[in-house]
Amino acid sequence: MEGTVNLQLSAKNVGIFEAFYNSVKPIQLVSCTLDVASPGKIPAGKTEIPFEFPLTPRPNRTLYETYHGVFVNIQYLLRCEMKRNFLAKDLLKVAEFIVEYKASSYEKAVPHPVNFSITPESLHNVKDKGRIPRFLVTGHLDSTMCCVTKPFTGELIVEHCEVPIKSVELQLVRVETCGCAEGYARDATEIQNIQIGEGNVPCGMAIPIYMIFPRLFTCPTLSTSNFKVEFEVNIVVIFQDDHLITENFPVVLTRY
Amino acid sequence: MSTSKPLSLCEWSCQIYDYPANRQKRQLSWEEVSDHPLKPLVVTVIESRVTRRTLGGSTTSSTGSSTPTPTLESLAAALEGTDPLTHFARQEMDPLSKMAADMWEPVPTDQRKSKDALLDDVIEPWATRKSAILNKFTTSEKLSIVTSFLSGGEKVVVKAQSSVVDKVKNRLEQLDDFEEGSVRQMMDLTQQEYMHRIEQLNQELVQAWNHDQRVKALKIAIQCSKLLVDTSVIQFYPSKFVLITDILDIFGKLVYDRLRTKAEYYIPGSKTPTSLPESFTPDMVPESAKETCRNWFYKIASIRELVPRLYVEMAILKSYSFLTSSEFSQALLRLTRMIRGIGDPLVAVYAHCYLCRVGMAVTTGDREYIKENFYDFVASYNQLFSPSVRAELNRQKVDLSTYLTLYTPALDWILQGVAANAPEKLLVEILTRCKEKCNNSALLLNTIMAAFKPSYIAARALQFIEMVSACDEEGFPQYLLFRTLGLCLALADPPAEHRLQILNDVWRVVSRLTDAGHYVSCAEVWIQFAVRHFSSREVNTFLGDIIRHMTPERAYEHHYPQLQAVVNKVLTHTRDFESLFTMDKFLPLLDLFQKESIKVEVCKSIMDAFTHNNVQQEPTNDPVIINALMFICRVMHDSVNALTVDDEKRQIGNLISGFVKKVDYGRDFEQQLSFYVEARSAFPNLDSVHAQLVQSVNRLSVETRRIVKGHHTRKTAAFVRACAAYCYITIPSITSVQTRLELYLLSGEVALLNQCLGQVDACLKAALSLVPGLPRTIEVDGKQRSSEPYLISYLCHFLSTLLVVPDSPEQGVLYLTRGLLNVLQQYAWEPTSNARCVVYLHVLDMLSAAAQETYLYHIEKVDSNDILYGSDPKFISEINKMCSVLLEEILSHLKYLNTNEQFQKQASLAMDLFARVVIRGDLKEPSMTTLAINLWNLAHRHGHIDPKLSCVEKARTLEYLKKKSMQPGGNLYADLVKKLHMQTS
Repeated sequence: MEGTVNLQLSAKNVGIFEAFYNSVKPIQLVSCTLDVASPGKIPAGKTEIPFEFPLTPRPNRTLYETYHGVFVNIQYLLRCEMKRNFLAKDLLKVAEFIVEYKASSYEKAVPHPVNFSITPESLHNVKDKGRIPRFLVTGHLDSTMCCVTKPFTGELIVEHCEVPIKSVELQLVRVETCGCAEGYARDATEIQNIQIGEGNVPCGMAIPIYMIFPRLFTCPTLSTSNFKVEFEVNIVVIFQDDHLITENFPVVLTRY
Repeated sequence: MSTSKPLSLCEWSCQIYDYPANRQKRQLSWEEVSDHPLKPLVVTVIESRVTRRTLGGSTTSSTGSSTPTPTLESLAAALEGTDPLTHFARQEMDPLSKMAADMWEPVPTDQRKSKDALLDDVIEPWATRKSAILNKFTTSEKLSIVTSFLSGGEKVVVKAQSSVVDKVKNRLEQLDDFEEGSVRQMMDLTQQEYMHRIEQLNQELVQAWNHDQRVKALKIAIQCSKLLVDTSVIQFYPSKFVLITDILDIFGKLVYDRLRTKAEYYIPGSKTPTSLPESFTPDMVPESAKETCRNWFYKIASIRELVPRLYVEMAILKSYSFLTSSEFSQALLRLTRMIRGIGDPLVAVYAHCYLCRVGMAVTTGDREYIKENFYDFVASYNQLFSPSVRAELNRQKVDLSTYLTLYTPALDWILQGVAANAPEKLLVEILTRCKEKCNNSALLLNTIMAAFKPSYIAARALQFIEMVSACDEEGFPQYLLFRTLGLCLALADPPAEHRLQILNDVWRVVSRLTDAGHYVSCAEVWIQFAVRHFSSREVNTFLGDIIRHMTPERAYEHHYPQLQAVVNKVLTHTRDFESLFTMDKFLPLLDLFQKESIKVEVCKSIMDAFTHNNVQQEPTNDPVIINALMFICRVMHDSVNALTVDDEKRQIGNLISGFVKKVDYGRDFEQQLSFYVEARSAFPNLDSVHAQLVQSVNRLSVETRRIVKGHHTRKTAAFVRACAAYCYITIPSITSVQTRLELYLLSGEVALLNQCLGQVDACLKAALSLVPGLPRTIEVDGKQRSSEPYLISYLCHFLSTLLVVPDSPEQGVLYLTRGLLNVLQQYAWEPTSNARCVVYLHVLDMLSAAAQETYLYHIEKVDSNDILYGSDPKFISEINKMCSVLLEEILSHLKYLNTNEQFQKQASLAMDLFARVVIRGDLKEPSMTTLAINLWNLAHRHGHIDPKLSCVEKARTLEYLKKKSMQPGGNLYADLVKKLHMQTS
């Protein structure tokens, strides 16, 4: 049995060759080997051999949840090897198993509501202020600290808007940060985009914000000395003329 | 044994009976019983060891509860213990009323179920609405589908492959086509093509599912629901919604069924897994199935676009029942809110509609979410008139009122869910909500009127009229509102004091409608209100108004179905026909139907109403009604031509016959007859009407006789002769020979009853002359059968009449009978059948009856041949001569049968003849006795009569003869018996 964290550097931050060769050394979280059967002959037919491991981290390490990202991978594997005599090849079988936090030992999601209001004035990063239509979008998020198994909820109201809206979307972004010799690399990936408003949504109506976290691509927010996995939610309003405005909310995910 | 001896020819002589002497009361011996003979054999066992009774009752016991007879055993067994009569008597209800009771009172297994049933009654099922929507919302515009799952469609990319690069590109594109991911747009589809494509998608989905390609199935479902975002051909949208939600329903069902059957459920106490039962609770679902189910919902939750995500989740909503039982109401409310995110109001309202539909299928009781859905629509009502919608409508060249009608199916469905079994105060609540939010929208008013209980609406009819009149002209058409209101009032009555005002208020607006189509669709509904609540004067005015509106530019030509509905409504609600025809606008209304077939339809429904109207049971003699109906019947009659199908003829014939039967002038017989004459001239083409007329006239004739008690005065005598003449000249115009035969005989009999001897002769002669024309096969119960049995029975009837018909002084003795014999002689019988001889035997019977001194029966005031001839020896010998000829004929037929080796037929015929000889013949003549013995031998010679049967028959015959010989003067029979014994022994 072994558990490792694999960190891969993005080609964006370092050179392509470096990214290819200089992948950071894997961090071993747990490793354990034991003989499940003493040498001898296995009788013909089906033989089941029971085994068990203590799942304890190596010294100075903690166990993280299983996670498969682009640049960060946390994986736990069972590797079974059968040594045979010199005439036959050894047999090898690998199986992954999933690790999840226990309910008791980790922090729980505490409701942390946020109100927001988006206006032309609240925008940054605008080149031509004059071309922005008048609009007001208000709303609230029920909590920015959420449990991964519960939906992300809130409400959004388009109070008024000068130009027709094409779409209102929720974008879930994952930010992976890897620390290495040359500093750190930070990479953001969109992992889910959910439309909550289609077409010219009626003004003054509270549109629910509702998103279920995808099970494969999310994990509780992780922050360690070597690497970080964090999440953000963007509320995106796209106008008929394909201009879009975005409001960013960092969120903290927990297992429970 | 003298078997080889040929049957001698012999002279017949009839035996003369002394009827009065023989006419003593004969009765079978009877005995009193205490039990129903068919009662089930009850075995009562008191002391089981001592008295065990078998069913047959072979042992006796002291219980004596029943006295079973052995012969009944099999019968009782066949009836499974009870005979049908007692069986029914024992049931509390007869099967029919039981069925009816079952239908009206569904026996609720539990409380909840009965409540569901109640609700289901209130809510019109979706399936019935579906087809209505598909029929109503059609388009001739070109449609397009964006999908990746349809193969074989027209490829959009067709270009000349000029360069190598293009070729390669094209090949690559073709390769791409095999991948699922390539999305293609199909353009320029007609509606039919489009529906076909969608059907194809449907099949594709099911196929993919069955091939375990569930991801592909999901993808198809997603793509289908994506089509619902597109409102480019807006008139078609409701139909598109129906088509696509059908697919989604199937998808939802597939998912649900699979989850249910795959879930391994262990019945408590058993170790083998089975699939879940139909009604399961979430705690019965194993964890693995829950996980699979959750997977589905996770997968769907990650669909990027809003509309497909909503629709697909709604489609599999029912599968939430695997997870928790409380999930539904939360999920429904959540989905309701999420629909708010849909900008296009039309797309949104249909999404609401689908949600309500799915929700009704999964939840019971909780209907809060439906109201929520409705209020959401109300809140976003202003979207309907937003500039972007208007721009889109302009682009598609659709006017606002058409656009608004697109909303009705969805809104109706939603509000129907709200209004089902809702209390009245909800109506008030919704009305006020609509008033403040959408300023009395006509669209919503219409839906409200359609959805809520008509009685609620009717109680506020005036208020509604006020609101409807106040609705702005733009938008939802006002006439539809009045129509809907009319439909409500047809189902529930408004307060009596408001009725006139209601009609006046509504009609003030409606009569100003310029579009004939709009006008008539209102009139069609409101006529019912008028007919039900007002006198014929108001209805007449109403009809006049309809005529006034429909006449310009021949508008009626386009609205026949509606006008037909108007007539039907007037008919069903009119109490008396008199008032109907005194309205001077009713017949002019009929004149509006200028298309022949429609006019006939209308006439038919009028006649149908007339003949079947329960109130109208009594006959009529009102000249106005008769004239009008005569006119209507003539219209129907004139529509019959060579191409008319039989069934149509039958219908029309029945209706006219019904009319003829209904007309009754009471004692004014002359008038009655002249009506029949008129009817005959008016309806010359229908057999059934003629037959009915002849029957009616005969009835009239008999009625006349009954009133004068048989003593005809000169006047009545002339009248009944006129009746007979009527019949005589009417019958030939009927085509069916069979009907003619019967009517001639009937008319002859009636004439005889009325002492019109000349007419009797004429009728009977006519009947005889028709006999050769009788077709060889006739239709009985829809099958072709030989007409022989019918002919035999007819001739028997004929003969029994002939007995009392006196000979005409100008003609010879029994000339009608002779005529009959001639006809029989010439009639082309089937060569091997006994039919001719069977009739001959009956003629023998009749002749021997005619030879008696006084006949068995007479017609009052008609002197039959017994009185005319007074048993004159000449007359008797004439009869005997005829009998001899007949005898000869029969004997020769027996011989013929012999040569043809038809022994069985021969034997039975011989036996029959034997019976005639013994009973009718005068056995004092030795030749008769010899003949009898010979026949006896012939009958038993070949033993072709079933031996068992022949034994019984023989024994019975002999026994009968013995009994005869006991009677005074029976020594002849004794002789015969002796001789017969000699022969047989």
